[in-house]
Amino acid sequence: MTTHPIVVQPAARTLRFIRRGEVVNLGNVPPGRTVLELLREDLGCTGTKEGCGEGDCGACTVVLGQIEDGALRFRAINSCIRLAHSIDGMALWTVEDIAEQDGTLHPAQQAMVQCHASQCGFCTPGFVMSLFGMYQNYVAPTLGPAALNATSQPITRALAQEELSGNLCRCTGYRPILDAAQIMGSLPPVAIDHDTLLSKLELLAQAGYAQEVDSAYKLPYTLADLLKDRAAHPTAQLVAGCTDVGLWVTKQHRQFGEILDLTQVEELRHIEDQPDHLLIGAAVTLADAFGALIKDRPQLHNFASRFAGLPVRNSGTLGGNIANGSPIGDSMPLLIALNARIVLMSEHGQREMALEALYTGYRQTVMAADEVLAFIRVPKATPEETLKVYKISKRYDDDISAVCLAIKLHIDQGVVARASIGAGGVAATPARAVQTEAFLTGQPWTLDTVRQAMNVLRAEFSPISDMRASSAYRTEVLGKLLERYWLESQGMQQINLASFMLEETP
Amino acid sequence: MTMDKNFSVSRDEVADPDVNAANAHADLLAGPQPAAISPPPAAQAAGTSRFHESARAQVLGAATYVDDIPEIKGTLYAAPILSTVAHGRLLGVDSRAALAMPGVRDVILVHDIPGDPLLGNFAHDEPVFALDRVEHIGQVIGVVVADSVMQARRAARQVKCQIDALPAILSVHDALKAQSYVLPPVFVKRGDAEAALKTAAHTLHGTLEVGGQEHFYLEGQVAYVLPQEQNQWLVYSSTQHPGEIQHWVAHALGIDQHAVRVECRRMGGGFGGKETQAGHMAVWAAIAARKLNKPVKLRMDRDDDFLVTGKRHPFAYDYTAGFDDTGRITGLKLMMAVNCGFSADLSGPVADRAVFHADNAYFLQDVEIASYRCKTNTQSNTAFRGFGGPQGMIVIETIMGDIARQLGLDPLAVRRRNLYGIGERDVTHYQMKVEDNILEPLLSKLELTAHYQQRREAISAWNASSPVIQRGIAITPVKFGISFTATLFNQAGALVHVYTDGSCQVNHGGTEMGQGLNTKVAQIVADELGIAFEQVLMTASDTGKIPNASATAASAGTDLNARAAQYAARTVRDNLAQFVAGLDGCGAGAVSFRSGQVTTPTGTRPFTEVVKLAYANRIQLWSDGFYRTPKIHYDKNTLTGRPFYYFAYGAACTEVAIDLLTGESRVLKVDILHDVGHSINPAIDIGQIEGGFVQGMGWLTTEQLVWNDQGLLSTHAPSTYKIPTTGDVPEHFKVGLWPEPNREDNVFGSKAVGEPPLMLAISVYEALRDAVASARPGQRVRLEAPATAENVLRALGGL
Repeated sequence: MTTHPIVVQPAARTLRFIRRGEVVNLGNVPPGRTVLELLREDLGCTGTKEGCGEGDCGACTVVLGQIEDGALRFRAINSCIRLAHSIDGMALWTVEDIAEQDGTLHPAQQAMVQCHASQCGFCTPGFVMSLFGMYQNYVAPTLGPAALNATSQPITRALAQEELSGNLCRCTGYRPILDAAQIMGSLPPVAIDHDTLLSKLELLAQAGYAQEVDSAYKLPYTLADLLKDRAAHPTAQLVAGCTDVGLWVTKQHRQFGEILDLTQVEELRHIEDQPDHLLIGAAVTLADAFGALIKDRPQLHNFASRFAGLPVRNSGTLGGNIANGSPIGDSMPLLIALNARIVLMSEHGQREMALEALYTGYRQTVMAADEVLAFIRVPKATPEETLKVYKISKRYDDDISAVCLAIKLHIDQGVVARASIGAGGVAATPARAVQTEAFLTGQPWTLDTVRQAMNVLRAEFSPISDMRASSAYRTEVLGKLLERYWLESQGMQQINLASFMLEETP
Repeated sequence: MTMDKNFSVSRDEVADPDVNAANAHADLLAGPQPAAISPPPAAQAAGTSRFHESARAQVLGAATYVDDIPEIKGTLYAAPILSTVAHGRLLGVDSRAALAMPGVRDVILVHDIPGDPLLGNFAHDEPVFALDRVEHIGQVIGVVVADSVMQARRAARQVKCQIDALPAILSVHDALKAQSYVLPPVFVKRGDAEAALKTAAHTLHGTLEVGGQEHFYLEGQVAYVLPQEQNQWLVYSSTQHPGEIQHWVAHALGIDQHAVRVECRRMGGGFGGKETQAGHMAVWAAIAARKLNKPVKLRMDRDDDFLVTGKRHPFAYDYTAGFDDTGRITGLKLMMAVNCGFSADLSGPVADRAVFHADNAYFLQDVEIASYRCKTNTQSNTAFRGFGGPQGMIVIETIMGDIARQLGLDPLAVRRRNLYGIGERDVTHYQMKVEDNILEPLLSKLELTAHYQQRREAISAWNASSPVIQRGIAITPVKFGISFTATLFNQAGALVHVYTDGSCQVNHGGTEMGQGLNTKVAQIVADELGIAFEQVLMTASDTGKIPNASATAASAGTDLNARAAQYAARTVRDNLAQFVAGLDGCGAGAVSFRSGQVTTPTGTRPFTEVVKLAYANRIQLWSDGFYRTPKIHYDKNTLTGRPFYYFAYGAACTEVAIDLLTGESRVLKVDILHDVGHSINPAIDIGQIEGGFVQGMGWLTTEQLVWNDQGLLSTHAPSTYKIPTTGDVPEHFKVGLWPEPNREDNVFGSKAVGEPPLMLAISVYEALRDAVASARPGQRVRLEAPATAENVLRALGGL
């Protein structure tokens, strides 16, 4: 593919990625350009669609390939809110790139046809690419020589439902699409030549390092360079996965003179598994961060899978969710309950603080202009803790919380020894329920205590009314969720729709 | 058209509707199995589950939508300037800041309209651009034209509109009080409801609020207008009604309709939202293109689409029902307040259809219905799948549920007790005899296959011992009238061209929005000519080919256009038959066309050879076809007559669970039995049934439209407006097809399927009310739709 001329905007580094096995070099790509604009407007590849321009419908889904720990990682992401330069050095697949030259459909495409899973067809390219991502992650590992030591799980209806919740279809009612996800593994297999792709990506990486750093889109590879750039360009917009900043571009029409992207900073791309805590780098995606948290606390699986849709979790970062400081960011109530701490760094050093101490007001933080959020320190599960996290939203999957409540108690011989409670959607910032914690601590764990604690919790916050819920509902439900925790602590089953199982009636 | 012959599901083999239904059901029961793959399809195309004619292109990203059409050099981009005030005097527009921005070419306002400043729509009450006042937040005042989409959108926000705010009417109740209407109220009555209520053994009075619904077609509104020579215009529009786009554009440009050609190959979803609403984009783009003499494309940002375009009409109801000890309704007074928004658009016919469906499946002897078409300062509400039918049905189903609970009867028994009869109790309140009633046997069959009675008992036992979760179950029927109520729209035309190589190209006045219309038409034409399905190519809807075509709406797309195409193909076949009869010295009636062969008593020739010979002998190889629906007539002043050619029937059994602490709910099981007549394409019909049900489920559960106290729609995008996603669809989701052809003479014996299944989702709402009732025995259930967690908790008395 050749480079297409683009109206000259502020100077930006040459953007390089691999598509259809070829290296694509693009000059003068403006820093605010999205991957979708690049595809549709600059490259004339209109197979990928724009449905909403905010990462909520999935019509624009494409798949990115990256080397991680020597292996290829495949991630379906929303191209409409992903900045083009952020895919520098990666491999890109769109719906136009996965069929054979002779027109033979990829199993992800064939299964969709065979199951009658497209009607109007506008969401179809996005679903095909989400399926392609699943194919690479769950089916491909079972093919060829790697198959023997493949540990991947089969694609069940439940797994498909979870991984496709970020793709909306208005025509089919989803049944045939879920069918397609389950049968594609049984169609004649198609494998990607990993070795060739790996070597191409490595070459690209080396070329990337050689690039000039002084450009409108800064993509540092080391923590030192990141901190240097941050200090030298305090007005540059700091971005990670862009799942919120992307909307400032598409919906608020904001233009950035300079952008500083931390997602390729090597030191921030890892999760350190320490004896008593997880140290999560700010560039780690939400999907990977939740993966680590779930390994430590399996009960978080449902909650994690309800956090946006997979394409957003694959792009967005835990650090970004925290630093953005939205009062309805779902990870913070959980992390507050877990007593997570954050590490801020600048060229002048670093400081560590409790997560909730970061916030001073609505989307206001204590971060200085030359500081970045570098790491999140999450204490590991202890045998005595009982953690529950509850989310109330209009739609079960891929919705923003009206109320989010995370409760971690340590009950010792019938008395609350320690209480740690994080709440979202009920204040201008994610908040710790300080008064409720204080009230509960030292109290006997009884219904009477819980009744009183419900009132303390309700009195502790004064939520607003908006399109998601009324203030009255939020306040009422805050208490009811604590009541749910109590009932569950009494071993009561079948009281939570999140885990509700229907025993087979005739 | 390319098509994978290697794969096709097993029901492809089956032409018999009974077996189709059985297999369709079986397939869903079996779940996804590669075993479903079977040998190449049968010779007969119709009656088999052919893949959607665009499926292969769609999965390759090769299916072209309007915004994908390669752009002509010099194409400019328009973005709308929106009112930020719900009601006010528009005193002035200051475009200087916008015009000063780089790449901005012009700002197009009302004075730039060459023709009528009012849209050329039926009611003729809606300005193209706001004239001297604005009537809702999001009303379009003009458009900015720029070199790039984003620059146009940026600049549009820099245009300053001086608006002197006036009091706004934001709720249907305020509109009723102020007698603020877009059209005069309509009253329909039969018998003496007042007297019947007085003598009724029991009565109940209730009110109900049902919210609107955003279409959320995945492809947003878009139009691309290209200047042609001599003041002629080519319009690419994502529209269900190219003919109306042509009329509106010609009207706004002040030119003859013949100078405007509108083309639409496919839409990325319509659902009624692109029936009239697509016209606005086309007109705005055309006025800009005319002024600048450049190609202009207008693609709405999703948030603007939400703010500008109309939605399903929200309704408010007040009802008093009288009934006997068995739950049979003896009298009904019903008031429906329709929130039409700021202009009439299609609100008249929508409100009429709500009146026509306020009976749903039930005979109403003494009935009085008042329908108020209220004007509010919000988006102008419009067509949406069901077109008032759902809003008519939900209130009578609510009344059935209320009656059952008041009398302590099974709601299904009460519904049965009120069904239309056969030979008696069979005339609707608008004087149409129900001749094709299959309600009783259909309900009985579903009651059995869904194990309704056992489950109902099991559920109430389970509920008794469940402190937090309560389950509910309900069966609701659907009887939906098929035909445009405006009789004149029930006509259609088509063209069938056979080329000298035997390939066939078909064009008709309908539009493809994913519903599979083109696939069904191709199946019908292939069989008419006895050729392979793959030999038939469907082409874009084009006002230059089929003039004056009706909207693809009212579920009638296939009924009308497939019949027109069948007649066109029949003429071509008759020409060929006569020609071959001449060659073989037999009667034309003795010539048969099947499996690509033309057979006479004396021999068989390949269709392709016959075509070549016929061409050489100057036989016409193409033809038009025209169809008008028989039997229908109706007086729009009294709302009486036979507005519908026939009824489509169905029923659904839905089970739900609710959380008494939070009001959260889940749909657990769905069983559907639906009547599509003799299915032309079972897979496509099942797709319409499942998709319609889930869309209806969204309307009644998670899809909540919220306007703030200023009249701003705050649910403006999928981030805040939640349509169902994968997790909302239960694994137990079974669909069966009723095994009987249409009793009226309709193409292939089929029935319309686009809209009726949406109303099957009323069973979700009734199941939720059943669950609420089990938590509060002996109390009336007042649940507003949509049944969000907050509304359910309110119904539970928890707020």
